[in-house]
Amino acid sequence: MAKAAAKTKAAAAPASVERRPALAGRALSAPGVKVEMLPPAERISLRAPEASLAALSKALGLTLPTKPKTSATKDGRTALWLGPDEWMIIDEAGNDPLADCAKVTALHSAVGISHRNVGISVAGPAAAATVNSGCPQDLSLEAFPVGAASRTILGKSEIVLLRIAADAFRVECWRSFSDYVFTLLSEAAGDAAN
Amino acid sequence: MNAAFRISGAGRLSQAKTASFSFDDKPYVGIEGDTLASALLANGVHLVGRSFKYHRPRGFLSAGAEEPNALVQIVRDDARKTPNVRATVQELYDGLTANSQNRWPSLAFDVGAVNDIASPMFSAGFYYKTFMWPKWAWKDLYEPKIRATAGLGVSPEKPDPDHYASRYAHCEVLVLGGGAAGIAAALAAAETGVRVILADEQAEFGGSLRFESGARIDGQDGYAWAQAAIAKLKGMDNARVLSRTTAFGYYAQNFVGLVERVSDHLKNPGHELARERLWQVRANRVVLATGAIERHMVFANNDRPGVMLASAARTYLNHYGVAVGRNVGVYTANDSAYAAAIDLKKAGVNIAAIVDLRDNPSGAVIDEARGLGIEINFGRAVVSAGGKLRVSSMTVQPKNGGGQRTIPVDAILMSAGWTPSVHLFSQSRGKVAFNDETKRFVPGTYAQDCVSVGACNGTDGLDATIDEAYAAGAKAAKEAGGKIGKGSKPKVDAGEIWSRGMLGAAPGAGPGTTVKAFVDFQNDVTAKDIRQAVHEGMHSIEHVKRFTTNGMATDQGKTSNMHGLAIAAEELGKPIPQVGLTTFRAPYTPVTFGSIVGHARGALFDPTRRTAIHPWAARQGAVFEDVGNWKRAWYFPKAGEDMHAAVNRECVTVRKVGGLFDASTLGKIEVVGPDAAKFMELLYTNPWEKLETGRCRYGIMLREDGFIYDDGVVGRLAPDRFHVTTTTGGAPRVMNHMEDYLQTEFPHLNVWLTSITEQWAVIAVQGPKSRDIIAPLVEGIDMSDEAMPHMSVREGKICGVPTRLFRMSFTGERGFEVNVPADYGEAVWEALWAEGQKHGATAYGTETMHVLRAEKGYIIVGQDTDGTVTPNDAGLDWAVGKKKTDFVGIRGLTRPDLVAKGRKQLVGLKTKDPKVVLEEGAQIVADPKQPIPMKMIGHVTSSYWSENCGRSIALALVAGGRDRMGETLYVPMPNGTIEVEVTGMVFVDEKGERLNG
Repeated sequence: MAKAAAKTKAAAAPASVERRPALAGRALSAPGVKVEMLPPAERISLRAPEASLAALSKALGLTLPTKPKTSATKDGRTALWLGPDEWMIIDEAGNDPLADCAKVTALHSAVGISHRNVGISVAGPAAAATVNSGCPQDLSLEAFPVGAASRTILGKSEIVLLRIAADAFRVECWRSFSDYVFTLLSEAAGDAAN
Repeated sequence: MNAAFRISGAGRLSQAKTASFSFDDKPYVGIEGDTLASALLANGVHLVGRSFKYHRPRGFLSAGAEEPNALVQIVRDDARKTPNVRATVQELYDGLTANSQNRWPSLAFDVGAVNDIASPMFSAGFYYKTFMWPKWAWKDLYEPKIRATAGLGVSPEKPDPDHYASRYAHCEVLVLGGGAAGIAAALAAAETGVRVILADEQAEFGGSLRFESGARIDGQDGYAWAQAAIAKLKGMDNARVLSRTTAFGYYAQNFVGLVERVSDHLKNPGHELARERLWQVRANRVVLATGAIERHMVFANNDRPGVMLASAARTYLNHYGVAVGRNVGVYTANDSAYAAAIDLKKAGVNIAAIVDLRDNPSGAVIDEARGLGIEINFGRAVVSAGGKLRVSSMTVQPKNGGGQRTIPVDAILMSAGWTPSVHLFSQSRGKVAFNDETKRFVPGTYAQDCVSVGACNGTDGLDATIDEAYAAGAKAAKEAGGKIGKGSKPKVDAGEIWSRGMLGAAPGAGPGTTVKAFVDFQNDVTAKDIRQAVHEGMHSIEHVKRFTTNGMATDQGKTSNMHGLAIAAEELGKPIPQVGLTTFRAPYTPVTFGSIVGHARGALFDPTRRTAIHPWAARQGAVFEDVGNWKRAWYFPKAGEDMHAAVNRECVTVRKVGGLFDASTLGKIEVVGPDAAKFMELLYTNPWEKLETGRCRYGIMLREDGFIYDDGVVGRLAPDRFHVTTTTGGAPRVMNHMEDYLQTEFPHLNVWLTSITEQWAVIAVQGPKSRDIIAPLVEGIDMSDEAMPHMSVREGKICGVPTRLFRMSFTGERGFEVNVPADYGEAVWEALWAEGQKHGATAYGTETMHVLRAEKGYIIVGQDTDGTVTPNDAGLDWAVGKKKTDFVGIRGLTRPDLVAKGRKQLVGLKTKDPKVVLEEGAQIVADPKQPIPMKMIGHVTSSYWSENCGRSIALALVAGGRDRMGETLYVPMPNGTIEVEVTGMVFVDEKGERLNG
């Protein structure tokens, strides 16, 4: 499995063309909250039955969470529980989770989605109110504590929401929705401190 | 510089803070904290509007949200003209400009008032009866005229420059209504530590405590207690206090819509502040503390300016320091109007007389009024109000008839009793119950986790209200997980009790009378109209309501419903509960479109999706078209080119040299797992098990009924990994379709689906030079025909970045599709473009893509198919695995109708005149001379000018099409019939040699 993916990893010559991430560098500050694009990260969509979790956890260097709405983070790599057999792995340390999973023989599916998604940081005392402008979830610390993760909506776009601190969220969305999501968060940020 | 009717020492506003405003272009001065209503009343202005139907002069009935009369237009600038604002809730700001509505040429002299004289013509059901005939007149005469006179006020003609915010919120206890009951409930709940939201529509909390001068709580004046309690709640982290916030809708599972008016009360809101904020709150428990609304008395000319609710006059005095007149009459059927008379008398206003319909009431307030020397008349009725633009007298008569006496007054305060506000309870699908003793509907059976407290629950008296509310707040919090609260219940030292009263028409407006005794002020419905509706056969209250429009105005009958019901019940000879109450619906008060729309306008109306290569196309001057939510480059005009010229050039260049096309929007799904091929076998008509790694196949997906659902090229990357492409528009539904079958029909398969549409930017390089353009940039892939034949896929590198390189063609030319991770898409495109330039290649858009594929007879699902086309109909039988025993749609395909002769089949059409381009969607007939309606045997699905063919080409679905090759058919059009010849679907390179050319 994942042989094809492994092959692309093998030739690691530097790219001769520049990478142009969506909305790179965009940021907006409002009273109580800052919304900004996060740098590129390595991401995979991981699907696997329960029997494979131990092997995959070992290969990935963290314990895949099995409780709904939770995540696990270690050494710059975060596994977000998205469904009973589904995780999104985000690696911000520059390591390749696709290559790590390629070594695992246990049943699973690992698909690279590093470029499919973009990450947006929403941070500050008014961060939860900003996200709540378009996301119907209860974002109190009791219901959505630090480390909580959920595939949900923001206005008319699907997002994956991860709470990285009491007053900071990572909003993940698909690349072509990033303009919509960023703009909505920016508008909402202007109202959130009120 | 006190306004004439402002009483010094009365009210709670600081007289030092003045605010200038204008009404109908006349300047006035009010005080900060005033409403527009209180400021106008302070200046002695009662006449503020004309009624909807009869154009009768109208003044203020109330001091709150129930106001049916005082609707004005607030004008900030050209773009901000808000009609139908209730002057009783509009807060005054310096510079406010307001205009009256529904009058011409002026408020005092209104031509439309002729309707009042002609009112016998406009009786109940007038619209239904009058505009029925002649039938033609409806569209040309009646409807335009009615539309012109319908509605009040003037809409702004410019886009709304304000912005509107929205917020989702969750809490354990949501308290709606910030009077004594709501505050007590919120305190009790908040003291347990749970999250509490308290909302009230007024600028200041306190509800009836604004006017109830007799209330004392915890040793303070009731209103002062309310402010102190609100300050305490605001200081608690777990409580959110929202003023100027109306709960307008109560939906399923304690989901409540609130609209907060953020800046309508400010002089210069600035652009930072939203105008309104929509709160969508999910609450574990809801406490309804919505109070009660006073009813008016139904008597002749009860709508004259100056005739108002007793509690309103009391509010204007005790909160705003304004006397509503100097010589005031009172007409009541319960105690509460006495308190108004007493407060006004003490403030120095003459009370001409209290007229009490009751025979011999007794009690403290009556004694107090008598002690103040106020004339009290028991067992008497006010049978008519005198005056026109302002009330000038009241005519009093013993209620059972007898001599009349006319008393001069400049205002009449009235009270028929109090109606519990069960609107939100009713919206929550709770069932109201009629209390026969107190003659009111109160909450009966609950449908959701909510509780009603205080006046809205029919609880009388401040003491009982606070007891009930505090206990309910604590209980709701406990049920929602709260701890035992540390606070203590507020102690009521003194309060007022008002109950009872009367329903229906007062003496003088009863059966047999034709006076204008208004039940519904806003829709001009009188007691007579209700009775007439019953006489004309409306026996259900729902029919009476619609026939008379009683309660159907924007105030939703807050003051009129109970009177209307009682009059109908009396006329029907039935008890009130048997006649029933109409259902209350959201919104409680009118809600702006802006607050519902929130952020979702302009760029945020709907997501606009752009590809990674979009910026390049935009720089090249591409014209874009919308494909679903995507913006796709349509064509790339050079200087001086129109669309036709650009597309012709692009089409020719691709076949002659080559072209680059952004195909990134194509749906892409990675199918991974040991059972991937098995799954593909089940979802597609084609065989997949034997497809070798590194090869591609064109796949067709059917629905269960056998009709084509989607198509696309699929590449096998590994034995257990397929790269599936779908149509652009089909991407989400194909993913859902596959996931649906995987989870419900084939859960035993070890395979998973991942959308990779946005992971890969896709650059189609098509044309004889395509390989020459790509090859210099590729590493690690042998692109020779032997090593990489048509319909194959390789992984390697291009420009140093990973690629999935497909050799495939949607043009019929040698072609490739270069997939690269999306962030590299634009840079790789630029590198390929530079290579292409060396050969003279073009960039092309979706229009050229459409023409080129039609020249080859390649179908587009959704254009050449419409959900009733089978693979056979489309000439794609070759793509259905003949040896396969199962796939989605296999049984559908054998249905008798799907294998019958004469089905519509996809064929090519050539017009006899090659220059004529058919219209897509045009109908086809076999014999143009047959009588109309003709038998239509098919329609054109795709039609283009083909510069490569030097003529027009078309695809069409035609009954028995493949048996008609060479036949002449006809396309009747408005400007004449077009002759066409049925042909094969391939117009260019029929043998397909160019794929390797």
